[in-house]
Amino acid sequence: MHTILRVRRFNPESPNPAPYDQEYVLDLEPSETVLDGLLKIRETVDDSLTLRCSCRGAICGSCGMRINGHAMLACKTKIVTVAPHGGLIRVEPMSNMPVIKDLVTDMEPFWQKIRQVEPWLQPEGPPPETEYVVPQAAMQHLTGVMACIMCGVCVSDCTVWEVDSTFLGPAALAKAYRFVADPRDAATMRRLLALNQPTGMWDCTRCMECVEVCPKHVAPMDRIMALRAKGMSARVPSTCGSRHAEVFTDIIRQKGRLDEPLLAVKTLGLRNWGRLLSMLPLAIQSFIHRKLPPSGPLHRAIPGIRSIRRIFARVEKRS
Amino acid sequence: MKYAFFPGCVAKGACPELYQSMMAVYPRLGIELEEMHTASCTGAGVLQEKNVQLGDVLNARTFALAEQRGLPIMTICSTCQGVMSQANARLTADARYLDEVNHILAEEGLTYSGSVQVKHFLWILLEDFGEDRLRSALTQPLQGLRAAPFYGCYLQRPTEALQFDRYPGRAAALERVMEIVGVDVVDFPGKTRCCGFPILTINERNSMSMVAMHTSEAKRHGADIMVTPCPLCHLNLDGMQRRAAHQQKTKIDLPILHLPQLLGLAMGLSPRALGLTRNIVSPDSALAKLGITV
Repeated sequence: MHTILRVRRFNPESPNPAPYDQEYVLDLEPSETVLDGLLKIRETVDDSLTLRCSCRGAICGSCGMRINGHAMLACKTKIVTVAPHGGLIRVEPMSNMPVIKDLVTDMEPFWQKIRQVEPWLQPEGPPPETEYVVPQAAMQHLTGVMACIMCGVCVSDCTVWEVDSTFLGPAALAKAYRFVADPRDAATMRRLLALNQPTGMWDCTRCMECVEVCPKHVAPMDRIMALRAKGMSARVPSTCGSRHAEVFTDIIRQKGRLDEPLLAVKTLGLRNWGRLLSMLPLAIQSFIHRKLPPSGPLHRAIPGIRSIRRIFARVEKRS
Repeated sequence: MKYAFFPGCVAKGACPELYQSMMAVYPRLGIELEEMHTASCTGAGVLQEKNVQLGDVLNARTFALAEQRGLPIMTICSTCQGVMSQANARLTADARYLDEVNHILAEEGLTYSGSVQVKHFLWILLEDFGEDRLRSALTQPLQGLRAAPFYGCYLQRPTEALQFDRYPGRAAALERVMEIVGVDVVDFPGKTRCCGFPILTINERNSMSMVAMHTSEAKRHGADIMVTPCPLCHLNLDGMQRRAAHQQKTKIDLPILHLPQLLGLAMGLSPRALGLTRNIVSPDSALAKLGITV
């Protein structure tokens, strides 16, 4: 199949180190991978092309790169899935981390965040004589998150990291969940308190980029949501994030639909005068444009609200 | 074509111009809508942070109400669509889970069989209504106007729950409708990214950075306006744009239109009828390019 790989090149040692695109025309089988194509270029056309790879089987997590605008493992991405009829395929290094050369990125910011969540088991008491024994059912739900191969693909496409590199990011937060939810770990509360801080679990936008791009179906965002639920259950100090979820749920219980001004005020906190005052111009702006929604007693519940309240009571009793 | 209409909280709340423009546009398409007044909020992914099953039961209740009427559901909000699609996928993938949810619904005299189609208005235009009929409903092509699309995360991801494999046109549905409407589509990398609204109260700085980044980028690519099928994105991209510009020490002024507002203009409806005077960033200068005055 006639394929053009347009590869983003960058050589910091060249006299003009600005990134540029270089096109390579290849004949590839539909079942071959993008990595096959890149290796063919390196072996037969241009041995200066720099990339990182090892296992070629989606196990080592070395060949993360952006293919047609989304981060993927090049060894797991078949030509037919990104260019079903041949033609152009764009290949770039992963985003949200510095580029060392061509398609090779510096993973240090990624590893620094992983280390930050203390990714090791912290049990209590003296170690047992043999191994720690736990029922299989208590560990089974962790198999998905333990499938993470640390490829960095989720971090590359994270929409929060893009604007704030202090964010812990999807990989580290998923890793944190792996230990918070491990029945053998005794540092749960300390971990949750750390994750409850700014740049932690509440800074995720729930955009689902990480869920979509993860090559091992770890679903990092789902783990972040599970961390939030665990934090709220453990009653870690409230934040705007936890209050938002609590108040939102309570409003739906009471009214069946959202009372937006009430949600904003209660999320920010009634004593948070600074933030509340900063929202005042927005309320005035909405009023002037005739789009300030009714709130409080002026905001009516949906018809049939009793049915909603009964459902809340039934589900909450079960869980 | 008749649908059970699920407008969502924001179209009936902080974005009344979305509801207003939808009400102005749909009769001209010959679509019949039966509004679901007794349906609850989807949970927007926020209630699900507390309890996923609670969200699924509430959405199953909505699906059961539509099923009783024998109608598919139409949404006009990317977030409502995404959350309902995810709930529907969970409910229909696991018969035992559906039974469990139905057991909770039974006391309300409701049961959900798993048959309901939930579709965003954007998808309905292409999949049910059809490009030819859409073209024939338009009386004023918007040629000369450069418009950037902005989807909202939940109308793009996760692709499995949104059935992109079954409906491949959904990935670029907004651009397709915009082409039919006659605008010059301005492609830019941020069109499928996050607007920042979900973290507005949690981390306003990051949220504003996202607003400024996407609106400035679209403007740099030559956009006169941006069009979105998501009212939550609209709240941030339109309502918070000035604050975002101030934070980044820049000027943006990119009008953000709801999808039905754009369609309404192409049907010759007046800006006032489409609620365009309610938009925070004035669309006046962009509309002047079309010879339309507000």
